Amino acid sequence: MSPKTLYDKIWEAHLADEAEDGTCLLYIDRHLVHEVTSPQAFEGLRMAGRKVHAPDKTIAVPDHNVPTTLDRANAATMTEDSRIQVEALDKNARDFGIHYYPVSDVRQGIVHIVGPEQGWTLPGMTVVCGDSHTATHGAFGALAHGIGTSEVEHVLATQTLIQRKAKNMKVEITGKLRPGVTAKDITLSVIGETGTAGGTGHVIEYCGEAIRALSMEGRMTVCNMAIEGGARAGLIAPDETTFAYVMGRPHAPKGAQWEAALSWWKTLYSDPDAHWDKVVTLRGEDIAPVVTWGTSPEDVLPITATVPAPEDFTGGKVEAVRRSLDYMGLTPGQKLSEVEIDTVFIGSCTNGRIEDLRAAAAIVKGKKIAVKRAMVVPGSGLVRAQAEEEGLADIFIEAGFEWRLAGCSMCLAMNPDQLSPRERCAATSNRNFEGRQGRGGRTHLMSPAMAAAAAITGRLTDVREMM
Amino acid sequence: MEKFTKLSGIAAPLPLINVDTDMIIPKQFLKTIKRSGLGVNLFDEMRYDSAGQEIPDFVLNKPQYREAQILVAGENFGCGSSREHAPWAILDFGIRCVIAPSFADIFYNNCFKNGILPIALPQEQVDVLMKEAEKGANARVEVDLEAQTVSTSEGEVFSFAVDAFKKHCLLEGLDDIGLTLEKATAIDAFEAKAALARPWV
Repeated sequence: MSPKTLYDKIWEAHLADEAEDGTCLLYIDRHLVHEVTSPQAFEGLRMAGRKVHAPDKTIAVPDHNVPTTLDRANAATMTEDSRIQVEALDKNARDFGIHYYPVSDVRQGIVHIVGPEQGWTLPGMTVVCGDSHTATHGAFGALAHGIGTSEVEHVLATQTLIQRKAKNMKVEITGKLRPGVTAKDITLSVIGETGTAGGTGHVIEYCGEAIRALSMEGRMTVCNMAIEGGARAGLIAPDETTFAYVMGRPHAPKGAQWEAALSWWKTLYSDPDAHWDKVVTLRGEDIAPVVTWGTSPEDVLPITATVPAPEDFTGGKVEAVRRSLDYMGLTPGQKLSEVEIDTVFIGSCTNGRIEDLRAAAAIVKGKKIAVKRAMVVPGSGLVRAQAEEEGLADIFIEAGFEWRLAGCSMCLAMNPDQLSPRERCAATSNRNFEGRQGRGGRTHLMSPAMAAAAAITGRLTDVREMM
Repeated sequence: MEKFTKLSGIAAPLPLINVDTDMIIPKQFLKTIKRSGLGVNLFDEMRYDSAGQEIPDFVLNKPQYREAQILVAGENFGCGSSREHAPWAILDFGIRCVIAPSFADIFYNNCFKNGILPIALPQEQVDVLMKEAEKGANARVEVDLEAQTVSTSEGEVFSFAVDAFKKHCLLEGLDDIGLTLEKATAIDAFEAKAALARPWV
């Protein structure tokens, strides 16, 4: 048998049909649904008189629109259109009989945090969601990617996706990370290396010693941003770290089924001689704590660097950088560590898990914020509860942070958590696009520890100075 | 879905790389439960100032491009989120074809589900079309999906590649859920087999 990549193996295990022209039907094991990209899909089903093919494999949770303030049970905290979307999801979940975690449920949270937390996401699965950050679930060795609303409807109706196989790309991070360097720095540094289109048409498998050493939380952070590198999916082969995380979760297999699952999961790795269409290798020791300076996630530099000039680039990037610097209010040659910050946002499907909050709290402990506002938005109600139990919430509150309820919040600013024009934010989220966190808002992406450091000093800061 | 066969229309130039889906349709317009009506907010933050007034310099606000049916843009068009609101807004504005050196995967796929043809061409050819588009209403670009060609008013013809299945669906305006449901037997058989092999799923 010819050697295969992990992606090849999962693909083959889910191939329900292959037409003569190579168009395939890929079977979907888990379909995650949220309120923003699903209403038109459910409406489509109703109009065609169709049912949800596999309601047991379909899990819904509202996250994008929901307010994260403590008074959110009061409907007045939501705009009319947001409320309509959340109510539509309530109704669709009920009418079509799918699993549902409403806003009032402590397990509610960001769909990509809830799925793994509840054990819906398992190694070797195919997972889709009408959200590009579905790549997150690849951390379990699951083939997971974002889809559009028409495809959401297609999966609801047929439990399959029309697909063509993508190419295989290997991203290896060798060696060990230095102190102060995290999974977020890995994933941003990879995008800095490949560019935002470097992974287009590919599925990325992240491997190497530095990846193996990451916790599941860290692996989810790495895979989450595969899409920012252009790849629809990122994967990490499952190992003992994965199995330990999954075991005992509410929807993980138990008893004999656990044993059967485990023996299959242990076959999920890329064979030594597998073919790679593209390979990128970074040395773990070379990765520094990084921040973004522009309006594309590829605009990333170590915190010790200075703002680049448009002339440092070529092609269409020259004009793009000129536009970015103007939008971001930065000057070439300016030290990144001297850029003053107004706001700090810690949360999102990239960095809203317990380990992220621990890392931020370790920097913040016993200090006060020096920014206008800072907020921590846990990724789920359960992450929030655990952080309170561990005393992290008190650390944040005493330092001056707002301690919020779970949701996507200021990552995409669909709820009331938004930046004002020219407001500058240190964010642990995934996109620094123009207007992403609010019209005219300026976003610098970084790790939770770096964002915490910025909150304390009021400027972009090298977290290593505070350790 | 409306069929796409041939299109002859005005092309609007948008010479920016990495045009992301937040630019195409900002999040405040995702709070709809419909597919229609988003055209007025296409490229909202580039097209209107904070008071909601049109910014005259933005390409789609210029008189000669208000009826544009084709958009010519820089590489990695449509990067970012999976929001299908991006192609919905483009379609609702009246644009049926986007030409760029490269596209982000999810956006590219979403276009075909909505009767929009995304065409990837080498940078040099996009440069030619960008110049052509700058002529405004004085030049019409012709797109022929059956022949897989784009032609300029000067008579230059560029061939493009497109997946055969996607082309077929677009030419015929087919609903792919209907097509997949014709394979229900294969799906059922797969499910039965998978339930034995991986009962924990």
